[in-house]
Amino acid sequence: MPEPFRVILFVIFAMAFAGLNAAYLVWSERKGAAHVQRRIGPKEVGPYGLLQPIADGIKLMTKQLFLPKGADPILFMVAPLMVMVPAIMSFCVIPFSETFVAAEINLGLLMIFAFASVNVLGLLLGAWGSANKYAVIAAARTVSQNVAYEIPMLITVITMVMVTNTMNLNEIVRSQAGWFFHWHIFRLDISLLMPVSFLIFFVCSLAETNRAPFDMAEAESELIAGVYTEYPGMGFGVFFMGEYANIVIGAALAVILFLGGWQSPIPFSPEGFLGVFWGLFWFLIKLYALIFIVIWIRWTYPRTQFYQLLNLSWKVLIPISLFNLILTALQIKIFPWL
Amino acid sequence: MNGLLQQDLNQETFILNLGPQHPATHGVLRVKLEMDGEYIVKAEPVLGYIHRMHEKMGENRTWVKFLPNCGRMDYLSALSYNHGYVAAVERAAGIEVPERAEYLRVITVELNRISSHLLWFGAFVLDLGGFTPLLYAFDDREQILDLLESVTGSRLTYCYFRFGGVYNDIDDSFITGTRELIKRLRKRMPMYDALVTKNIILIKRLKDIGPISKDMARRYGATGPVARGSGINFDVRKDESYSVYPEFDFDVPVYEEGDSMARYMVRMDEIEQSMRIIEQALDKLPEGEIKPKKAVKLVKPEKGDYYYAVEAARGSFGVRLVSDGTNTAYRLKLRSPTYSNLSLFDEASRGMLLPDALALMGSLDLVIPEIDR
Amino acid sequence: MLLARIKEALDSLYDDIQETQEAPEAAEIETVAAEAAVEEPAAAAEEQEESKPEEAEEPATPPGPKETDYQAKGYHLDVELDPDKVVTAVEILNRENFFIESITGVDWIDDQQLEAVYDFNHFDELCRVVIRTRTDRNNPAIPTISHIYQGANWHERETHDFFGIKFTGHPNLEPLLLPEDADFHPLLKDFKA
Repeated sequence: MPEPFRVILFVIFAMAFAGLNAAYLVWSERKGAAHVQRRIGPKEVGPYGLLQPIADGIKLMTKQLFLPKGADPILFMVAPLMVMVPAIMSFCVIPFSETFVAAEINLGLLMIFAFASVNVLGLLLGAWGSANKYAVIAAARTVSQNVAYEIPMLITVITMVMVTNTMNLNEIVRSQAGWFFHWHIFRLDISLLMPVSFLIFFVCSLAETNRAPFDMAEAESELIAGVYTEYPGMGFGVFFMGEYANIVIGAALAVILFLGGWQSPIPFSPEGFLGVFWGLFWFLIKLYALIFIVIWIRWTYPRTQFYQLLNLSWKVLIPISLFNLILTALQIKIFPWL
Repeated sequence: MNGLLQQDLNQETFILNLGPQHPATHGVLRVKLEMDGEYIVKAEPVLGYIHRMHEKMGENRTWVKFLPNCGRMDYLSALSYNHGYVAAVERAAGIEVPERAEYLRVITVELNRISSHLLWFGAFVLDLGGFTPLLYAFDDREQILDLLESVTGSRLTYCYFRFGGVYNDIDDSFITGTRELIKRLRKRMPMYDALVTKNIILIKRLKDIGPISKDMARRYGATGPVARGSGINFDVRKDESYSVYPEFDFDVPVYEEGDSMARYMVRMDEIEQSMRIIEQALDKLPEGEIKPKKAVKLVKPEKGDYYYAVEAARGSFGVRLVSDGTNTAYRLKLRSPTYSNLSLFDEASRGMLLPDALALMGSLDLVIPEIDR
Repeated sequence: MLLARIKEALDSLYDDIQETQEAPEAAEIETVAAEAAVEEPAAAAEEQEESKPEEAEEPATPPGPKETDYQAKGYHLDVELDPDKVVTAVEILNRENFFIESITGVDWIDDQQLEAVYDFNHFDELCRVVIRTRTDRNNPAIPTISHIYQGANWHERETHDFFGIKFTGHPNLEPLLLPEDADFHPLLKDFKA
């Protein structure tokens, strides 16, 4: 089909995917939390509670949208959008399968990280615009946490770019073709610390999206709802969608960079149309396995203390990732035939 | 009210209100925090939101009519409060308690202590961000509540003791149920230990946080696990032995460090010690009456003032009774342990970060209705 | 065994308090004499009359600590003092490392007096000491001990809330359990809701 239509179709699909994920990840989080806590979770609305997110969405939409006294109207309204829109736009460069990508940009990786930085700005503006002491404290914490954890994440990504020589996400996945031990996480010949790289990236993506155990920004028992304290109904709903979209992006990046993206563990792949769905199937399985682990972690561990969180980043993760970078560079230089 | 919000522009401190409605203050407690950035400069708890004036009710109601009030103050360990009041009046009026009733009292009080500590454990870890142990603790607590309901008739605010004994006898299903419970808890406590106590994140949140020195505990009158976590070996059950506690062999856990981790460990160890007491009590349970032979028709304490202290889950609960020989008390003072424990929060939290102060507050095990009475 | 150790501790305390009770009394008589020279003779006569009955009482009922039957009453030592001697007694207890259990009040409306009762206990050896003071019901004033035992801060605020006893020198005698603007004292016997 003609190029512009294809792009528009895939963009719409990407946005729908993001929206559906945001809604149903909430459901799976509640179900996962329930089973970890030995209860059942939503079960009334629809079979297995599957219509619960729709009920929640309707509830959020029918709530009165008001502006708290003293709040800056522009900042207050724009902030949720600033969090949600970049996250959804990042979906346009994620390769769901070999040909199933909205726009194969040569700088795809860079674009995703550029948009991720806007996320923090949105939270800060939202908190400032709320004119609420709790929100401002939470925003200050969020900013320092995000800045601290962006660094090891970017260093790890630079390491991967050094290895793959390209920022095109689809190319990166293609370079991991073959059996599953061709996936980057198992390529100890490229870098001895590759699994460590994956771990650092995973932890940083948890911290970037403010998920437990790094959820100081919305520490429930201390700051009520942190940055989101003053947001009513759909304002909070949009923030929420943005947060879950970010989780999916983080997990998708981890899958693409380390776990072989849409590559299947065996080198066989059916031809033509089915091949697209084969790749999509493997991508989604890996993606949701990682997201399941993210949800699992949230309900198991207590929250870290704020300075311990920052200590972890500055004193542990950055030195390790820098060391990894140098080690990889050395390995590539000394053993260039790999 | 506005006059209190003095913000000195040169000093750059602001007042943060940990309002009466807050997920971390267990009950309606308001704390006015003067903060310098994230550091606390001064903390001022504001009480009285659930003040019901039980002490005046003690003067207006007859001795028997005040019994239900005892369960409403510290609702989590209501049986200890029952015990304190009933024993104080028994001491004043010279009423003898048959031995079987004493044993039943001890068994139910210790069961109550375990359920109170389990709830504290769940709520404390919830404050720190771990949402799951609360539900596991409540699962265990359900069993205790079922057992106590079969004997006393209530699940939370018990009114089981009477002057001279208890009002209902236990049957074999209670005894077997309790033994089952102890077996089950003995299997669950190692799980809590491995998953929660040894968790590195929890250890880092609690170790060396909120130190309370021995002298501070002494000057404020802190008792119970707050004092025992600071190295003070004081337990009313051992030092001022009452009821049939002298017949049981149990240890009193004391930790020297004085930080939140020490107070946490004291309470976890106390659960095990309570289980030991219950086992011994069940083994030694004598047959006999549960009410005195000469039925207590009219409770007439002698003129004068009396004091009785018991070990509630949170510390030493004391009842000071001034009687003038009539059928109501002249003055009934209830010395609640959490009142003294919370009073040291201001001095202990100076210069701490807000989340650390909240961890300290959680480790003090606050139940606000007990403070406000 | 435990009882014997406690009795020993009680005896030593008894001597301490008796000695220090005589000293402030002697000081009181001196200050009373000095004030008599300066102030109106009427006031001096009144104060001398007050100290005289005290001296007259000494042979009748010895002032100072009374050992009580612990099993019957629940405390070991009962000390009745004047309000201005409370601080000295509490300082002695502080030196012996007692901890404060509670401070409360009792309204003796028939005697037109308000009584403040202090409970102290010891961590290492069980020894409950009760200090009582009585003050006039219409103008109750007792010196504060919150500079010695900081826990007394809240106990004194509560007693002031309920009885109206003013603790002189207290840093912050605002209502603790009652609302900030409360001007009534609920535990007084003539309080009608």
